[in-house]
Amino acid sequence: MTKKIMMKGNEAIAEAAIRAGCRLYFGYPITPQSEIAEYMARRLPEVGGTFLQTESEVATVNMVYGAACTGRRVMTSTSSPGFSLMQEGISYIAGAELPCVFVNVVRGGPGLGDIQPAQGDYFQATKGGGHGDYRVIVLGPSTVQEAVDLMGLAFDLADKYRNPVLVLADGLIGQMMEPVELPEMRDLSNLPDHSSWALVGAKGRKPHKVTSFNIDPHELEKMNKRYQAKYREIEKNEKRWENYRVEDLEYLLVGYGTSGRILKSVADMARGDGIKVGVFRPITLWPYPYEALAEVAEKARFVLTVEMSSGQMVEDVKLALEGRVPVYFYGRMAGVVPTPEEIYRHFVKLLEEG
Amino acid sequence: MEKAIFNPPKSLSKREFTYCPGCHHGIVHRLIAEVIDELGIREKTVIIAPVGCSVFAYEFFELDGTVAPHGRALAVATGMKRARPDLVVFTYQGDGDLAAIGTAETIHAANRGEKLTTIFINNAVYGMTGGQMAPTTLIGQKTTTTPYGRNHEKDGYPIHISEILSTMNGVAYLERVTVDTPQNVRSAKKAIKKAFLAQIKGLGFGLVEVLSACPTNWGMNPVEAMTWLREHMAKEFPPKLFVDKVGDG
Amino acid sequence: MMAYHGIVIAGFGGQGVMLIGQLIATAAMLEGKHSTWFPSYGPEMRGGTANCTVVVDEKPIASPVVETPTEVVAMNYPSMMKFGKVLKSGGYLFINSSMIHETLDRKDIKLISIPVNDIADRIGNLKVANVVMLGAFLELTKTVEFKSVEEALREKLTGRKSALLDYNLRALEEGAKYVRKSMSTVG
Repeated sequence: MTKKIMMKGNEAIAEAAIRAGCRLYFGYPITPQSEIAEYMARRLPEVGGTFLQTESEVATVNMVYGAACTGRRVMTSTSSPGFSLMQEGISYIAGAELPCVFVNVVRGGPGLGDIQPAQGDYFQATKGGGHGDYRVIVLGPSTVQEAVDLMGLAFDLADKYRNPVLVLADGLIGQMMEPVELPEMRDLSNLPDHSSWALVGAKGRKPHKVTSFNIDPHELEKMNKRYQAKYREIEKNEKRWENYRVEDLEYLLVGYGTSGRILKSVADMARGDGIKVGVFRPITLWPYPYEALAEVAEKARFVLTVEMSSGQMVEDVKLALEGRVPVYFYGRMAGVVPTPEEIYRHFVKLLEEG
Repeated sequence: MEKAIFNPPKSLSKREFTYCPGCHHGIVHRLIAEVIDELGIREKTVIIAPVGCSVFAYEFFELDGTVAPHGRALAVATGMKRARPDLVVFTYQGDGDLAAIGTAETIHAANRGEKLTTIFINNAVYGMTGGQMAPTTLIGQKTTTTPYGRNHEKDGYPIHISEILSTMNGVAYLERVTVDTPQNVRSAKKAIKKAFLAQIKGLGFGLVEVLSACPTNWGMNPVEAMTWLREHMAKEFPPKLFVDKVGDG
Repeated sequence: MMAYHGIVIAGFGGQGVMLIGQLIATAAMLEGKHSTWFPSYGPEMRGGTANCTVVVDEKPIASPVVETPTEVVAMNYPSMMKFGKVLKSGGYLFINSSMIHETLDRKDIKLISIPVNDIADRIGNLKVANVVMLGAFLELTKTVEFKSVEEALREKLTGRKSALLDYNLRALEEGAKYVRKSMSTVG
């Protein structure tokens, strides 16, 4: 057991990536996540890695593409407007089936918006922000410790499925400090072997070609079918979620990331008043744990979904429940973080309205 | 006994070129392949193809390769080279890719002095999308989006990428060439070799701009196109050695 | 003593409010408690009002945001006006009386005035005014123990900053001493 240290979310994310074997970081500064780039700039040279400050997020995502072509672990991080700029490249990366990790520390939008914590990028993250039929594995941490743990998982899933993985955090996770236990440094010589496809020079073998391209629609459809088969496999294997005090629930709260953790306070408050409330917190936002949610929600008189957005994930909650349980929504937008008390007041109002 | 008097370079694949008659891509591909063979670097070289007529370039070389998003070849190449500095990485890009949508990536890769090689095909027109205006289209030149000729009041002026890059400290080799005569083909090959050597020797960024004919989209036969290239394009874009930190050693 | 503390610490940028928040959160961690520290961030950090929210609890912390703090530390007047209003009834409001000459019109809270700038000046380093405040805060709230904060300070002040350790330890002590003395005079 390593000892706990107090770390800012952004810095913990960076250190966790390095410990997961990431030695390549490309990025462009943007609040509220620039500490990731600053940490990497300082730390990567100490471990023989490479940090590069790019000219734009458009260049960044393509540098990630190029680095990922070599099979080495690579990542970038950004915040909402920057992540929008990366969408074209992510589509290419998904099509070329390249393993790499993105972190989006979401801030208030749309447009320039503000720099405070928000969850308004859920649709973009989980429903495909770029063009074409592709999927990105999306992980939503709710604590600094979970962000650390999910960074390691992100690199492993990226390698396992040759697919981009996104850690969808928000300004609160990025900026807050919490005690964390960091994992041991991964042994670089034990990382997954990508020599069967990586672009490292055609030495003594046929050349490798890595593209998202085929001019023949029937051939391109074959590629698409391969992607889809992989996505079904990911859906089968990789759904993750947390249940909190759901055993005897009469009402269910659903939220992810920062709002997910705040909901646990709301459930505790309600139980203090004798109301049996539980929380369902999806950890993988794609693939979304529809079945697990349906299972705990069956017993609920109603479901209240809470997000730091106008209501995006609530569509997946409704998809999971298919009208069997009433679904209500409470949200704050534009960088306002809801307090447990205000959510509880809204919950009580719903109870009273029957 | 039969003796081979001609062999295709090992660095070219067996795929037949798909380029139009009179197009210069084929000549330039072959020169690059010969240079790679002569430098003995085929097994550690990776090609980054662009979006444009040469989108298939990665298939025409017997090399590891990929296709970058439109304009981003030098960003992809930067990521690759930073990940594996032992590789030789080159991009092959047209004027739309390198000098319009990808201008920022071009300038910043050159300015950082990335140890990369770029072959820049300037034919003053968009080929793959069917003959629209390029950033290098000449004043008065008719294209499908300048049906009355390029008008500088409206469309601005032909952009001189090599002249712009020549001011940058990160550039180690920079030359504009043509491949319109056997002699010029030989000079072009020498330039390409030096642009690779700039990378291999770790001196910095190397780029060769090749003025190239596009008879199809210029609406000419190959002979007319060659004449137009000499009489018009080469006036606007004079062949020139801009930077040579490689030397003859 | 209550297990849960939801603390807001606020002042001008440069008054060290972020640091004392971090010291409390780190000290709590060293005691095996759970803690979170969340700063206001962005342009307001430079010159404007800065604040951080610290939560300390015996059990895992669900919400790092706090609607009604159990304690508020106000290093300047705007902070007192903004966060004094939302302080929980019966909670502590610590104010820097070197800079705040007004009081808040609330009878249901415990207002503690400490001239932290003057005390820091006497110690010989104005920069430790924030730690004087922390000493006073800990003496009354017992959120964490002094020795844990000392340990956190020792971890924080390394290298060139280690010269400042003595000033900080004195500041902690003087802050605590001040409230002990004023409490005994009052009560």
